[in-house]
Amino acid sequence: MGRGVCEGWFKMSDLWGIYALWYREAKVFLREKSRLVSSTVNPLIWLVAFGGGLGASISIGGAGYQAFIFPGVLMLVVLFTTIFFGLYVVWDKKIDFFKEVLVSPLKRTSIFVGKMLGGCTDGLIQSGIIILFGPLFGINYTAYSLGLVILFVLLLAMGTTSLGLAIGSQMTSFEGFGLVQSFVILPLFFLSGALYPIDNLPAWLSWITYANPLTYIVDGMRGALLGESSFPIVLDLGVAAAYVAVLVAIGTFAFKKMT
Amino acid sequence: MIIQTFGITKRYKNITAVNHIDLSIEEGKIFGLLGPNGAGKTTLLSMLATLIPPTEGTAKVNGYDIRKEPGKVRASIGMVFQTPSSDEILTGRENLYLHALLYGVPKEEREKRIEDVLELVDLADRANDLVKTYSGGMRRRLELARGLLHRPKILFLDEPTLGLDPQTRQHIWDYIKRLSKEQGVTIIITTHYMEEADSLCDRVAIIDYGEIKALDSPSMLKMKVGKSMIKARVESPNLDYIRGLPYVIKAEAKDGTVTIILSEAGAHIQEILCNLGNVSFVELREPTLNDVFLQITGKEMRVESAEGWAEVYARAGSR
Repeated sequence: MGRGVCEGWFKMSDLWGIYALWYREAKVFLREKSRLVSSTVNPLIWLVAFGGGLGASISIGGAGYQAFIFPGVLMLVVLFTTIFFGLYVVWDKKIDFFKEVLVSPLKRTSIFVGKMLGGCTDGLIQSGIIILFGPLFGINYTAYSLGLVILFVLLLAMGTTSLGLAIGSQMTSFEGFGLVQSFVILPLFFLSGALYPIDNLPAWLSWITYANPLTYIVDGMRGALLGESSFPIVLDLGVAAAYVAVLVAIGTFAFKKMT
Repeated sequence: MIIQTFGITKRYKNITAVNHIDLSIEEGKIFGLLGPNGAGKTTLLSMLATLIPPTEGTAKVNGYDIRKEPGKVRASIGMVFQTPSSDEILTGRENLYLHALLYGVPKEEREKRIEDVLELVDLADRANDLVKTYSGGMRRRLELARGLLHRPKILFLDEPTLGLDPQTRQHIWDYIKRLSKEQGVTIIITTHYMEEADSLCDRVAIIDYGEIKALDSPSMLKMKVGKSMIKARVESPNLDYIRGLPYVIKAEAKDGTVTIILSEAGAHIQEILCNLGNVSFVELREPTLNDVFLQITGKEMRVESAEGWAEVYARAGSR
């Protein structure tokens, strides 16, 4: 059987395997249209109802409250899509095509990479739809701002899919999903400055917010889209990159330990 | 020997699922692991497929050690699981395509091999339908096809006909026989269906409580029990006289039914019936593997319903 030539760390066959996993995730994602629709409508409700409602009585940001929370809602979309994508390995482990993957000659690291790319694709498509709605909420794109936002979305998706995969690979049932939502997703989201400016927070809240890597990702996106940011863009990018590096490492490790 | 195990053992907290099994399996044959549910068949298979590590001992599969070279072992084998493992949201063809990618089937051969295996299991006309719409038998066939796609030397089939109706079961048996004959693949199947082991396998290992209790061809196993068997309902059987006859191997009475195992029934049935007592019902037959199992382990094989499998499907559907 032709096993292909060596290419750096991965053999050719590993690359095909990674492609296979990605292909499967992309197909499934595009075929389950109801999921796509519901996860598009959700953030739009946030923007229209929450942004419009609260924005009517407060003034935050130069471009209006809806524009202010737009990066935050973008993050919310990616956060939910990718972390739940990762958690679904619990399901995959029990049944489905994944068992077949585990018995294939593919390395665990390759399986992880394939899955992660699948999650990133979901996150990118999902956030792409929201990005299209941006001009309705007072967002004007330039090539620079669009490129930078997509880069942040990609980093966020990579890191968060890895987080989901790491947790999911160690879980044995769906019962932990609620816990992850309460103790991981919601704190990460609400304590990131997605919905409010972080410059005038009380000390205890500001410390937590500063320790949350997502704070920097939202800040970076807001800086790119609205030109309003609390930190230099380089710091935001640096934190986002570190977020990815740490979680990819944890995720890879967790996949190797997975039974 | 394409598979050899050396004292392979798997212990869980409270139970020893597989207990020091030494086994050799010849290339090109259909080998059956027969035993009741929970006997350790699937555990043994999973260890050979490198899905779970043995607690003790090891095995060589296609010449590779399952502990030291799991990657090479995996490239040599195909596995069809007890529970369905194709992707419902994809079509049959897409499932096969993914499998070809995962197993590094060369690009220029993918198409052709997919067509070939689809043809082999008669799924060519449904290949572009979602697996969701397949019947249980079609799914099994798809999984058989998938297991063959990368041309493994060894194919593991874990309860290949569990939960299927008799007609579909017969079809799957035919496919398995054809695969063995036409492709020369070594096939290892686990089953708790006696007829399945009898009809398919060249050799059968009877396994119970993690140990191999007997190992031979189905016909030799049955020969050991005796050539023929008479079952009769008799009020007060004259067992001592029957046991004294030179051609009777064994005679037992239980719950009013007498079981007599003898070297040849045809010529002697008259004599036995005349001397047995007041016979109200009689049955003459060849021994089955069930009788072998009964004699070796002292118990009937527990017959499992297909519910376990149906449950898995139900859960799969509720995703």
